Amino acid sequence: MNTHNAMLSPELSAAALRKIDREVAKYPADQKQSAVMAALVIAQDEKGWLSKETIAAVAGYLGMAPIAAYEVASFYNMYDLHPVGRYKLTVCTNLPCALSGGVHAADYVKQKLGIDFNETTPDGKFTLKEGECMGACGDAPVLLVNNKRMCSFMLPEQIDKLLAECK
Amino acid sequence: MALIDTINPLLTTGWAKGDAGWSLKDYEARGGYKQLRRVLESKMTPDDLIAEIKKSVLRGRGGAGFPTGLKWSFMPKAAPEKYVVCNTDEGEPGTFKDRDLLRFDPHSTIEGMIIAAYAVGAKRGYNYIHGEIFEIYQRFEEALDQARAAGYLGSNILGSDFSFDLFAHHGWGAYICGEETGLLESIEGKKGQPRYKPPFPANFGLYGKPTTINNTETFAAIPFILGMGGEAYLGLGKPNNGGTKLFSVSGHVNRPGNYEVPMGTPFAKLLEMAGGMRGGRKLKAVIPGGSSAPVLPADVMMECTMDYDSIAKAGSMLGSGAVIVMDETVCMVKALERLSYFYFEESCGQCTPCREGSGWLYRVVHRIEHGQGRPEDLDLLNRVTDNMMGKTICALAAAAAFPVRSFIKHFKTEFEYHIENKKCLIDPEVQRMGSGFFKAGAA
Repeated sequence: MNTHNAMLSPELSAAALRKIDREVAKYPADQKQSAVMAALVIAQDEKGWLSKETIAAVAGYLGMAPIAAYEVASFYNMYDLHPVGRYKLTVCTNLPCALSGGVHAADYVKQKLGIDFNETTPDGKFTLKEGECMGACGDAPVLLVNNKRMCSFMLPEQIDKLLAECK
Repeated sequence: MALIDTINPLLTTGWAKGDAGWSLKDYEARGGYKQLRRVLESKMTPDDLIAEIKKSVLRGRGGAGFPTGLKWSFMPKAAPEKYVVCNTDEGEPGTFKDRDLLRFDPHSTIEGMIIAAYAVGAKRGYNYIHGEIFEIYQRFEEALDQARAAGYLGSNILGSDFSFDLFAHHGWGAYICGEETGLLESIEGKKGQPRYKPPFPANFGLYGKPTTINNTETFAAIPFILGMGGEAYLGLGKPNNGGTKLFSVSGHVNRPGNYEVPMGTPFAKLLEMAGGMRGGRKLKAVIPGGSSAPVLPADVMMECTMDYDSIAKAGSMLGSGAVIVMDETVCMVKALERLSYFYFEESCGQCTPCREGSGWLYRVVHRIEHGQGRPEDLDLLNRVTDNMMGKTICALAAAAAFPVRSFIKHFKTEFEYHIENKKCLIDPEVQRMGSGFFKAGAA
């Protein structure tokens, strides 16, 4: 079955499709569209970002209209509809974080990398994003690396360490 | 972080070992899944179960404070297909309790959801987990696998004729999905835009089927309530405000974190547990229930107890229990600017008063903060909020309006100073050092 599906969706690897199948299985048989959020994340992980073609491939695999998948990809702000650097850093600057240095942490990263929010370093290594509440305000300053890894208490020393770790 | 301090721990009993105490065997060792077993083995009727929850006066921990037992009783009995959904889309600025609940004790939420499913007759459930805490989502999936392997989920649970399965669904960065009908749309694989109500989810929920949706902390409390009895649980708090509650304390305290205390605990005690004010500085203001709740000045807050009724009487909301503490280094105009930007950014856009109004609020507060305010701006801000509140499908418009109205009400002189002098009342260097990011003396 996977071979057949891979032919229908040449954009995604068989491994990615297997992961998507696992998500589809969580929902009633007639509600495959419910898996679209997870499927888009799986696709983004594999491709680095979501092109219109990738989104259409996900939609095709789930049997939904490409525009319906695009609506989802453009509504939720952790989907990247443009290429990003190898490491996407998202810093929370919301009020509870700001009280404990969230804005200062973002300023510090900007200065270190020489880029502003929504910019990528010339070597393609880092992209910086401004994030909204990540639900970890007690750990401020907080930043996310590539959407899935949360880093807490990011004072200057910890930021230096993190940037050095990113190869 | 793991537990720092608590009074009368229930929800946080499993947190003592930090990340080493979350798995099934740990949960069972502290009495976990005993209540589910008792309910099934004694063939307790759903009506009796709901009556016990009603006795506890457990009120929804997501923010609205609606009585949980009453909500469950709204589910139609005869419907063949029903759902139970948990709202862990914890994105209200200041709130971080559900993340720790699932991190340190995911099985109490799972057990609570299974018991809820038994009470309302649901066969399938979902836990919608905030996208930004993906590591917690992965842990929850692992906990589900453990529960399934042990026979707590699936067909004929513990040999009974009750079957239920539960799955995790993650968000991907949209605050609006914390609104329950936006969340349901999101599980259906759509934009998370809230639905008109009525019909409420109990009649028309996930996939159009009757659905009970509660906050993580609400579900997590269920096994403890059944363990001690509804009346004893109510007795821990104060009348009409049953039990204990998790409070997420953030901002200018020495020990930010989650604290479980009985409802009705004085705010002063909670502040003391959180280590008091950072650097011994003076308390200026508190947002007691997440960023959508009206701000309260220090003197009003110091007189409050932490429960729905006391905070409401003081003119704010207990909300999700997110206590944002601000000291004298905070410029209230700048603080409001940050909150207004958030609601502008997160408005889903389907209702004009919210989509346009939240933009107006942000732009006007922004210009005041940046020295371009006009004398008529404070009236303008209040007028814009009048045109937003109660005029939209969901409460995000009101959530955007409450901070604006309350900041202006309680700190008007600071806004007026800003407009007149084109600068902050609080010295920028004092503000800069207030966050604790920079070491004293460093550039």
